[in-house]
Amino acid sequence: MEQTKYLVVGSSHAALEALTAIRMHDPDGSLTLLTRDPHLPYSPTVLPYVVSGRSAPDNVFLRDESFFAAQKISLKRGKALKALHSSRNTAELADGSEITYEKLLLATGASPAIPPIPGIDQVSYHVLRTLDDATQLHAAMKASKQAVVMGAGLVGMHAAENLVKAGAKVTIVEMAKQLTDGYFDATAAALIEQAFTDNGATILTGSRVVKLAPSAVGATITLESGATLEADLLLVATGVKPNIDFLVGEGAAVERDKGILVSERMQTSVPNVYAAGDCAQAKSFYSDTKVMNAILPDAAEQGRIAGMAMAGDPGIKDYPGGIPVNTYHFFGRHAISVGLSKVPEGGEVVTRFDEASGRYLKVIFHEGRLTGIYGVNEFFDAGVMSQLILRRIDLAPLRERFLAEPMKTGREIMSRTWR
Amino acid sequence: MGAYNTIAFDAAKCDGCGDCMTACAETKVGAGDSARSRIQIGGDAANGFELALCRQCGDPKCVSVCPAGALGKDAASGVIAWDASKCVDCLLCTVGCAYAGIALDEATGRVAKCDMCEGNPACVTACPHDALKLVTTSRIYNEVGNWEDLFAPGLAGCQGCNTELLMRHTLRRVGPDTVLATPPGCVPGMGSVGFNGTTGTKVPVFHPLLTNTAPMLAGVKRHYKRIGREITALAIAGDGGASDVGFQSLSGAAERNEQILFMVVDNEGYMNTGMQRSSCTPYGAWTSTTPVGEATHGKTQDAKNLPLIMVNHRCEYVATASTAYMEDFYDKLDKAIAASKRGFAYLHVYSPCTTGWRFPTDQNMEVARKAVETNFVMLWEYSRAGGLHFTRPVDDPLPVTEYLKAMGRFRHLSDDQISHIQSKVVENLGFVKQLAHVAKA
Ligand SMILES: Cc1cc2nc3c(=O)[nH]c(=O)nc-3n(C[C@H](O)[C@H](O)[C@H](O)COP(=O)(O)OP(=O)(O)OC[C@H]3O[C@@H](n4cnc5c(N)ncnc54)[C@H](O)[C@@H]3O)c2cc1C
Repeated sequence: MEQTKYLVVGSSHAALEALTAIRMHDPDGSLTLLTRDPHLPYSPTVLPYVVSGRSAPDNVFLRDESFFAAQKISLKRGKALKALHSSRNTAELADGSEITYEKLLLATGASPAIPPIPGIDQVSYHVLRTLDDATQLHAAMKASKQAVVMGAGLVGMHAAENLVKAGAKVTIVEMAKQLTDGYFDATAAALIEQAFTDNGATILTGSRVVKLAPSAVGATITLESGATLEADLLLVATGVKPNIDFLVGEGAAVERDKGILVSERMQTSVPNVYAAGDCAQAKSFYSDTKVMNAILPDAAEQGRIAGMAMAGDPGIKDYPGGIPVNTYHFFGRHAISVGLSKVPEGGEVVTRFDEASGRYLKVIFHEGRLTGIYGVNEFFDAGVMSQLILRRIDLAPLRERFLAEPMKTGREIMSRTWR
Repeated sequence: MGAYNTIAFDAAKCDGCGDCMTACAETKVGAGDSARSRIQIGGDAANGFELALCRQCGDPKCVSVCPAGALGKDAASGVIAWDASKCVDCLLCTVGCAYAGIALDEATGRVAKCDMCEGNPACVTACPHDALKLVTTSRIYNEVGNWEDLFAPGLAGCQGCNTELLMRHTLRRVGPDTVLATPPGCVPGMGSVGFNGTTGTKVPVFHPLLTNTAPMLAGVKRHYKRIGREITALAIAGDGGASDVGFQSLSGAAERNEQILFMVVDNEGYMNTGMQRSSCTPYGAWTSTTPVGEATHGKTQDAKNLPLIMVNHRCEYVATASTAYMEDFYDKLDKAIAASKRGFAYLHVYSPCTTGWRFPTDQNMEVARKAVETNFVMLWEYSRAGGLHFTRPVDDPLPVTEYLKAMGRFRHLSDDQISHIQSKVVENLGFVKQLAHVAKA
C-alpha cells in the first residue's frame, strides 16, 4: 500500500498554501497531493474570466509540473478521496486504492449547492466551480440570447455580467430582497443593481423559483408570483456546500456542523486529520463561534496554518479568526467590503454617499476600533483595512482623519507599525 | 536563494517634498501625477512621514492570494513581478498586502506596484534628502553563503558572543590554504584548538603562548615560503595577549614586516579567564581586577590604543573594524589578506563581550554599533601609500552616555568619570583626525 508522510487533498488555495508551509519546514518528508480535478492547480476565482474569454483556460494554472518535481511532491490528478479510515490513518480513493498518511489535510473546498426545486433534474443547467464548468459555460454563452441566472451572489453576478457583455438578454432571479446579500448593504447593492440595469439586465429580487420545466428554448422557469421566464441558458448560482461526502463510515467521526469543525490550528476532532479552506468551519474573528468564511484569502491563511501544524513548525501562530473580505469588480467599477456588515451592539456607523460620482463609503466602529468598511467606487486597500481590524488598532484619536481619507490614513497607520 | 536589494526609507530624513512620487509616475506612466506613483509618501512633518511601497516580501501574500497566477517572486532579482496579461483585475492582491504595496491605479483600473526599475529605482535617484536608499541587502551572505565554513559546528562560546561570527567569516574568507594561530584567549576557549584530539578547524591550527604568537606564525610562514607553498598565515588573538604580554614579539614581527595577518579581537580584557583588566580596558570600566566598591570605581587608567601603535610600525596595512559593520570589516579583511602577502597586516576588531561587559545577550550588535556611533571607537584604515583615513566617519556622534548606559560595567560611573570619558573621546577623535589630515596633505 502506498504510504506518505503528508497527504493533502485538494489542489486549490488552501492545499497549495499548505504545501508551501510544509516544505518550508520539512524539505524532504514525503508529500502527496491528491485532487479529483483532472487539471493542474487553478483557482475557482479566476473562472469568471475564463467564462468571459479574457483568460485562456490553459493560462490560469497556479503551479506547473516542474514545481511538483522540484518540491518532491507526488501529484495525483483526477483521483478523488472516497472514504476515510481514520483508525488506520488511511485514505480510500474512488478507484479503490488506498494511501496511508501520517498527517492528512482535507482542503476539498466546496461545490455549488443545488436547490431542491421541483423539475431541476429535468432541465439542463450550468454551474461554475471548476475549469470544465467554465469552458462549458464559455462555449454556451456565445449562443445564448436569453439567459437566466439564479442567485445574485458574486458568482451569479460575475456570470451575469459576462452574459450581458456577450449580448444575451439576462434576468437575475434572487430570493433575498437585495442582490449581493451578505456581501454588500442595500445602498451598495442599489449601485450595483443600477449598473446592471443600465447595461440591460433585468433584476428580480425577492423572487423565488418554484418550478423548472424543459421547453422548446431550453427551460421554463416559474416564479412564486406565477410569472414565467424562458431561458436558453440557465445558471444555478445559489451558494455552495462544502465537499465532505467522503466523511462516511469511520470518517463520520470527524465532527462537523455546516463544514468540518477545526481548531485554531486547523485540527479536526480526529487525530492526524486537518481541514482548511471552504470545507472547514473555523473560528470567527468577532466571536468564538465557528463560521464558514468561504473566501480565497482565508482559504490561503488556513491552509498555511494547517501546513505548519502538520509539519510541526514552531513558528506557527493561532488562527486569529476569519473576517469577510470581498473585492468585486463590475462594469468597470469596484465594490470593496472588509469586515462585518452587521453593526455590533454599541457600534457606530458613518456613511458618506456622493450621488454625482457614485462614491459610497460606510464605516463601522466599535469602541474606537474598526469592525467593517465598505466602499463602492471608493478605493481603499483591503489588506490595510483587514489589518486595522485584525490588530484591533485604536482609531479613536484618528477618527476624523480616517473618515475623511480612509485610504491615506490607513496606509499611514500600517507604515508606522512597520518601523 | 539569496537575499535581495530593497529600498529603505529613513523617515527622519524625509521632508515630504514628493520628488520620489513625481519621478516614479514619470518613469512608470510618463506623467508627473503623483497619485499614480507606486511609491506613496503619507503623513506629515508634525507626526512623521510614512511610506506605502512594495517591500518585495520574501514570502509574499499578494502572490499566494492571486487567483490568476499573475504575481510571482523572481528568484534572481527578488522582485515581485506583475504579469499584466494574466491579471484579471480582481484586486485580491490588495487584500493580501498589509502595507498597500500593491494598489489600484484609478486611471487604468488595474493594480500597480514597484518593480525596482530594473535595479536602479527612479525614486531613490530623485530623493534629494537621502531618505530613500537602495540597500544591498545581505551582500555578504549572498556572496559567502556558499563558501566552506572552516570551523567545526557547535562552538563553546558564551550566549550572545559575536566572536563565532568573526571566526567563521574570517576563515571562510581566507579559505582553506591557511595556517591559523590562536593563542590563549576566548578563541581557543570557544573551540578552535578542538576537543578530544581533533581540531576545531578544518585548517591547520596551533596554540602558541601569549608571548610568542607572532614570531611562531612568522616562522611557519617562512617555512612554507621556503618550500614554495602559498598560504595565508593568520593569527586570531585577544587584546590581552596582544597588547600586554605578547606585545614585544608582536612589535618585533611588525618591525621585521613578516608576511602575516594578525587579527586582534578586542573585548577589552582577559574575558575567558575571569574578566581581568588588560591595557585595552577603558577608563572607568569594572573588571574583576578593577572592582567597584567604596574605595575603587573601576579602572583608573585610559586604554592603550594598540592599532595606532601598530600604525607607527608603518605596517603594510592597519585597520580597525567592528562586528556591527560587517561590510566594512569585509573590505578591510580583503585588503589585509592582500597586504599579508607583501608584509605585516594588522586588523583590530572591537568585539563587545556579553559576559564581561554585562549586557543582555541579544544586545551585542547594538552595543558594537553604539560604540561607533558615539565615536568611542573609530573605524579607519591605514596603508603606507594611502595614509590613514576614516572608513565610517560619524558626523553627528551620540553622547558617549548612550554607549556607556548600554552595559553594566559602567553602571557605577560618577559624573566626573563620565565627563573624563567624554573628553577622552573628543581627544582621541582629534588625534586620529590629525593623523588623517597629515595623510591627506
Ligand atoms: C466563480 C467564483 C468566483 C469567486 N470569486 C471570489 C472572489 O472574488 N474573492 C474571494 O475571496 N473568493 C472568491 N471565490 C471563492 C474562492 O474561490 C474560494 O474561497 C477558494 O477557492 C477556496 O479554496 P479551497 O482551497 O478551500 O477550495 P476549492 O478552491 O474549492 O478547491 C477544492 C479542491 O479540492 C478538490 N476536491 C474536492 N473534493 C475532492 C475529493 N473528494 N477528492 C479529491 N479532491 C477533491 C477540488 O478538485 C479542488 O481542487 C470565488 C469562487 C467562485 C466559484
